[in-house]
Amino acid sequence: MGSVSTRKIKPRKSPSVKPNFCSDGGQSGGLVENWQELAIAKLGEEVRSNRALRVFLDSCVKCGACTDKCHYFLGDGDPLNMPVARQDLIRGVYRRYFTAAGKFFPKFVGALDLTESLLEDWSTYYYQCSECRRCSVYCPFGIDTAEITMVGRSILDAVGIRQNYIHTVLDNVNRVGNNLGMIGAAIADTLEGLEEDVLEETGVNVKFPLDDTDADVLLLVPSADLFAEPHVDGLIGCAKIFHQQGIRWTLSTEASEAANFALFIGDDEKMQQMTRHVRDTALKLGVKQVLVGECGHAWRVASSYWPDITGNGLTADFETLHICEFTYDLLRKNRLQLDRSVHNNKVITFHDSCNVARGSRMGEYPRDVYRIPRALLQAACDNFVDMAPDTICEHTFCCGGGGGLLTDELMEVRVSGASPRVSALEDVIANQGVTHMAAICAICKSQFRSVLPKFDLDMNMIVSLHQIVGDAVVLNSET
Amino acid sequence: MSATFAILFYLAGLILICGIVWKVLSYARIPVRYLLPIAPAPQSSGGVALRILREALFFESLFKANKWTWLFGWIFHYALLVVLLRHLFFVTWSIEPWVVMLFFPGDVAAWLMIGSLLGLLGRRIFVDRVRYISTVSDYAMLILILLIGITGVVLRYRVPVDIMATREFTLGLMKFDLTDLPRNVVLYLHLASVVALVAVFPFSKLIHFPGYFFSPSHNQKYPTAKMKDLSR
Repeated sequence: MGSVSTRKIKPRKSPSVKPNFCSDGGQSGGLVENWQELAIAKLGEEVRSNRALRVFLDSCVKCGACTDKCHYFLGDGDPLNMPVARQDLIRGVYRRYFTAAGKFFPKFVGALDLTESLLEDWSTYYYQCSECRRCSVYCPFGIDTAEITMVGRSILDAVGIRQNYIHTVLDNVNRVGNNLGMIGAAIADTLEGLEEDVLEETGVNVKFPLDDTDADVLLLVPSADLFAEPHVDGLIGCAKIFHQQGIRWTLSTEASEAANFALFIGDDEKMQQMTRHVRDTALKLGVKQVLVGECGHAWRVASSYWPDITGNGLTADFETLHICEFTYDLLRKNRLQLDRSVHNNKVITFHDSCNVARGSRMGEYPRDVYRIPRALLQAACDNFVDMAPDTICEHTFCCGGGGGLLTDELMEVRVSGASPRVSALEDVIANQGVTHMAAICAICKSQFRSVLPKFDLDMNMIVSLHQIVGDAVVLNSET
Repeated sequence: MSATFAILFYLAGLILICGIVWKVLSYARIPVRYLLPIAPAPQSSGGVALRILREALFFESLFKANKWTWLFGWIFHYALLVVLLRHLFFVTWSIEPWVVMLFFPGDVAAWLMIGSLLGLLGRRIFVDRVRYISTVSDYAMLILILLIGITGVVLRYRVPVDIMATREFTLGLMKFDLTDLPRNVVLYLHLASVVALVAVFPFSKLIHFPGYFFSPSHNQKYPTAKMKDLSR
């Protein structure tokens, strides 16, 4: 990992970068009066009801394996961005109030009183963690900082410190059904526009059906796919594949959001509510399959949380697949007709999105989650290269904007967090002439589009995987 | 002194057993709400067993993380195991030849154990990241185990102790039939630090030993996808 800038601790930044918080929480627009009591009670509730948290808080031996693995630490050297130090902000409180050692010998075991300044650190550093789980790959006990960050955020929420960006998104979902607050008419309008664009460009009438009750397949995309660049090109790619294969598919105005930001703040209730909403819509439409589009944490939620939220009913009523699993199945059966020559002038690399690479599965074998996206890119383009081995697959670096950090006021953190990934990218640009980096996550794509220019790289380097595949799809004339 | 140590041993043993049972039961009682394995995760129970074995026996993740910590940590744990096996001499009713055969490997392991502990202590002191995350108890734990190791080596080479009499004492403990512990300050120190280690086990980070097996990151599996054919 020679390309990464620092593994040494630097002084803590002061003041450190914080997200904006909602002004409507609590009694005076912020911290509630009995916050300390509430926070400790909530932590107690969590350690008594969440085995992962309890085991993670107890088991850490402070071996230091994780200390140089977080992209935010590698970017800025802030000691509290070392995963174990970030965990210790809660571990110390757990020890102080819930363990014998911390009650009787707090100094000796590093137990911490929950003071207002410690809560400040929580609200800073639990929002400088993208819940990407990279550290947990190296932990001998699999201690997962993401779980601890989620709990930290849920406690902050309970005492009135609610991060503005995540809650704005959640309010949109609640009100309209998607993160961006796009109403049904706007979606229909956008899709019509896409049909015209594709017709103009290819001369083929590729459909973008909406709320089609005859459909076999519901495509559940992150709402960014409906308009943002390069996300929308991925959606177009999917539509071309469906068209070529003659598959009856649809998007939905009801379930117009794959993302589930409730995961980021450990809000079980909201996460379950959104999941049930998708399930109900799929049942109403009567589809046989739900395909989850290019959104990292959406696939984590779908593959890891849906079955437990809805019981086995979900898998009994319809199948849930990742869009890459779906496309790969076509490829494997030699059904995809691709013209690779369209990409002759490109050299493509792949950014494994953290939530997919470390929090989900694909296909039939454990490593299919890395193999399938690469197989798709290699099928569509002759020139594919991987970045350094310690920066891909389970070792992948987060883009720097995941976990609810994709907001402007955190730009400084986002840029420094992106730097480990970008230096790996710069290596393959310099040595292997890479021109494009494909991703399968809406947050990754938005983040790289914003931060690549800060490293003097072209924002158009970042592309959707299904854009690369879709561009190579050979379209039959009218069907 | 013999009576004091006898009481301490019984007490520490009781704390250890009750503490671990209590911890394990409390872990087992708390639910895991979702699938939380760290990918790439196995998709069969055999795969899960293999993953846990690789971690428990070879410290696979730690190996990926940091070669020095892995080296010192791995040597320490295995050396400790061999040293513990060497001490079977003190708790087996008859003197088994295979236990006596463990004397020499045990002696070597004691040195390896001390060396690796010094390595771990060195990392804690000299690597700024590890120093930052260390609390007093982290140093204390290393020093306590070092003390056990060093007093053990001193008893072996410098201040010999009547091991047959010591054996009588430990077997006596097991039969609730107390005999005299040899008078030896180093032995007292050795035993006192062992008692301390055993007693703090359930309340300290040493609980990582049973705790690890409850980590959903490594003990869960993903279901395998079954793909329906919808293209026509």
